[in-house]
Amino acid sequence: MAKRVLIVDDEKNIVVSLEFLLEQAGYQYEIARDGREAMALLEEFSPDLVLLDVMLPHINGFEVCRRIRENAQWAETKIVMLTAKGQEVEMAKGLALGANAYISKPFSTKMLIQKINEILEDDGTTKV
Amino acid sequence: MERQKFEMFFSLGSIFLFLLGMLVAFIAIPMLGKEQLILVIAGAILILMVLSLFISLFFQSYIVSAKRLAEDMRVITTVNPAWRTDVDGPVEMRKLAGAINAFAERYQTVLENQAAEIERAHDELEAEKKRLVALMSELTEGVLVCNVEGQILLYNNLAKELLSHTPESWTSSSAAGLVGLGRSIFGVLDRSVITHALEELTYRTEKHSAYVISRFVTSATNGQLLRVAIAPILQNSQAINGFVLTLEDTTQHSKSSSRRDILLRALTEGVRSPIANIRAAIETIEAYPNIRQEKLNQLYHVISEESLALSARLDELTTEYASDIRAKWQLEKIPGSDLLWAIQRRFEDKLKVSTRSIAAPEPSLWLQVDGYLVVQAATFLVRRLKKSFDVDAVQINLKQAGRLAAFDIIWESSRVDADTMWSWQNQILDSNSDGVSLTIREIAEYHGGEVWYQRDVDTGVAYFRMLLPTTDPPPARRMPVVQSSRPEYYDFDLFRRAGKIGSLQSQKLSELTYTVFDTETTGLDPVADEIISIGAARIVNGRLLRQEIFDQLVDPRRAVSPMATNIHGISTDMLAGHPTIEQVLPAFHHFVEDTVLVGHNAAFDMRLFQQKESRTDIRFTNPVLDTLLLSAVVHPSQSDHSLEAIAERLGIDIVGRHTALGDALLTGDIFLKMLPLLAERGIITLADALQASKETFYARLKY
Repeated sequence: MAKRVLIVDDEKNIVVSLEFLLEQAGYQYEIARDGREAMALLEEFSPDLVLLDVMLPHINGFEVCRRIRENAQWAETKIVMLTAKGQEVEMAKGLALGANAYISKPFSTKMLIQKINEILEDDGTTKV
Repeated sequence: MERQKFEMFFSLGSIFLFLLGMLVAFIAIPMLGKEQLILVIAGAILILMVLSLFISLFFQSYIVSAKRLAEDMRVITTVNPAWRTDVDGPVEMRKLAGAINAFAERYQTVLENQAAEIERAHDELEAEKKRLVALMSELTEGVLVCNVEGQILLYNNLAKELLSHTPESWTSSSAAGLVGLGRSIFGVLDRSVITHALEELTYRTEKHSAYVISRFVTSATNGQLLRVAIAPILQNSQAINGFVLTLEDTTQHSKSSSRRDILLRALTEGVRSPIANIRAAIETIEAYPNIRQEKLNQLYHVISEESLALSARLDELTTEYASDIRAKWQLEKIPGSDLLWAIQRRFEDKLKVSTRSIAAPEPSLWLQVDGYLVVQAATFLVRRLKKSFDVDAVQINLKQAGRLAAFDIIWESSRVDADTMWSWQNQILDSNSDGVSLTIREIAEYHGGEVWYQRDVDTGVAYFRMLLPTTDPPPARRMPVVQSSRPEYYDFDLFRRAGKIGSLQSQKLSELTYTVFDTETTGLDPVADEIISIGAARIVNGRLLRQEIFDQLVDPRRAVSPMATNIHGISTDMLAGHPTIEQVLPAFHHFVEDTVLVGHNAAFDMRLFQQKESRTDIRFTNPVLDTLLLSAVVHPSQSDHSLEAIAERLGIDIVGRHTALGDALLTGDIFLKMLPLLAERGIITLADALQASKETFYARLKY
């Protein structure tokens, strides 16, 4: 059965590529354009992985990450954070809050899909 | 009093003689004829008249003259050796006056020789002083020296400029501070910031650290953003005796610095997203050559839209921020252990939260931070923890974490509400005393750091972590040497002065701080006329400070009477556009704070102020001394107590009369010269002076 990925990003221009690439890689996906929508879709769609942008309207990416990690129901949900800031301190924060990977923009799409594959093939015992 | 006694004595004597005469007459009358009787009575009356004339002449010639001679003598020996007595009268008195004048002549010569000696020594000192003044004024930084109580002992002009309020800010800021000798630094700079820096310096001094300068950024009460360096002045022991502050204006600097930040962010973070979008689209097209047309069009659209947006953005940024690429803003370099110590002290002393440091930070761990802000942020968090979750013990830790330093506040608690913790990061640290209007998140961002909260569900251990920038330790610097010479705006004697003890009333006149003042008015009626000018200067430690003045014209919103204009030369049209009394009086009230007011014929001025009480809501409750009354106290036999007459008597040159400031300064000179004369009469404290003033005849004069 195809694994599910939730794309959380308000930049429609990145979503154009991401949705196509994920589809080609054999994933089922849904798109949330802000933190609130993401929280709602987490319930409905129960993704295996959340591709999470940090700069979001309403609830930011860190906050969404924290809420996911607080809820035991989503303990197995993987989180890959995307950020346009690319600062060391943010990466430290993201990982500390329970993200499985932290990728700064611009990134190689090939690497991104590879990372997603790795994380989802993995049992979730090792964190990147 | 004595004169009255004399007169009474002589009157009684006369009456006695008259009665004696009557008795003799009574016995003699039967023996005399009518004509003889008339002759005897006329004779007796004549004798009486001659007698009283003689008594009056004697009193005028000897008693009054002697008293005036005594007063003149006192003037010569105390304040004005050039004074000569002009007492006229009988030969004996003239001889005495001549002897006194001869003595005065010689005394004056001796004094002049002595003065010449002193002047030579003084000139040398003056030259040294001028060099220091020049040095101080050349400095591009404002400099202030204070004693431990925060009283200003020295300042340069730049410091005054940076911290002073303009007339425009008078009305808006009631808490406006002033820079002046003996005034408190805490009136112009935030007390908590300075106290924090001093605590830190004490700690460093105690551990003999070579880094004894602390730096911080703060806003003065006039709104100016200042970068401040503070260095302690040590007594022979290690105790801090005072401190030196240097001030730098950073408003401009900081504005340009934050614009640079925006530019930098725009150039780095701002382009990351568009490039990511373009790159993803291109990579997708490359990876899937057989992509369906509709998707391909979408991706092409992304590329074209994002590249156009990028070009436009670059153009915009280069034009807008071209001027802002300059030196980088510097945060203070401090040893990690110092910061940890400051935080621990703060938690324990201010919050009563037991604090344990898990491990001492590596000595090589230095941070580049605004120590004050970081301590405030940590204090804010723990204060909240204590209040909301009853946390009364925490552990703190500071360790290297890659290029950064991680500062942790750790506590154990079962009751934790993560949402609350997260919300704290976005709250402003506005606890009244601290006045930091930033959030913790902003403080972290200001440092290029981060802050977050986490909790281990199994152990129940929770912590806040703050990532802060590190730096290499700076080379050790030596302590600045504080010159002992005396520049323009100094008074190092305040170092030795104990804090204000007891009420003003019991303080010595020689030690009080005064404001000498004068007003000019539209006319001579204190009820109907208005103030058009207020001039004042301060007397601190027995010195009239001619540079610490208040000199303000006031628009009376009515015409100045021609008679008044004749006196002070200020006409109605010269006053248009100046502030009104409602604006000036609060500023003046602030200027005279904590001082004793001294004026010539002060009752008149005080009455004028009183007239404005209801309109301005300003009441002058300062003690008031009047040089007119004090003159009557020290020279009761003189009849003229006008400013000019007193000045002449006391040997003071009169310049700049009939401006409020000129008269205020003259009053100040007079007042200072009167102090030894008052002391001679046993008038030592303020209470003594007020009592003596009250008792003089002039006090009964009411306006």
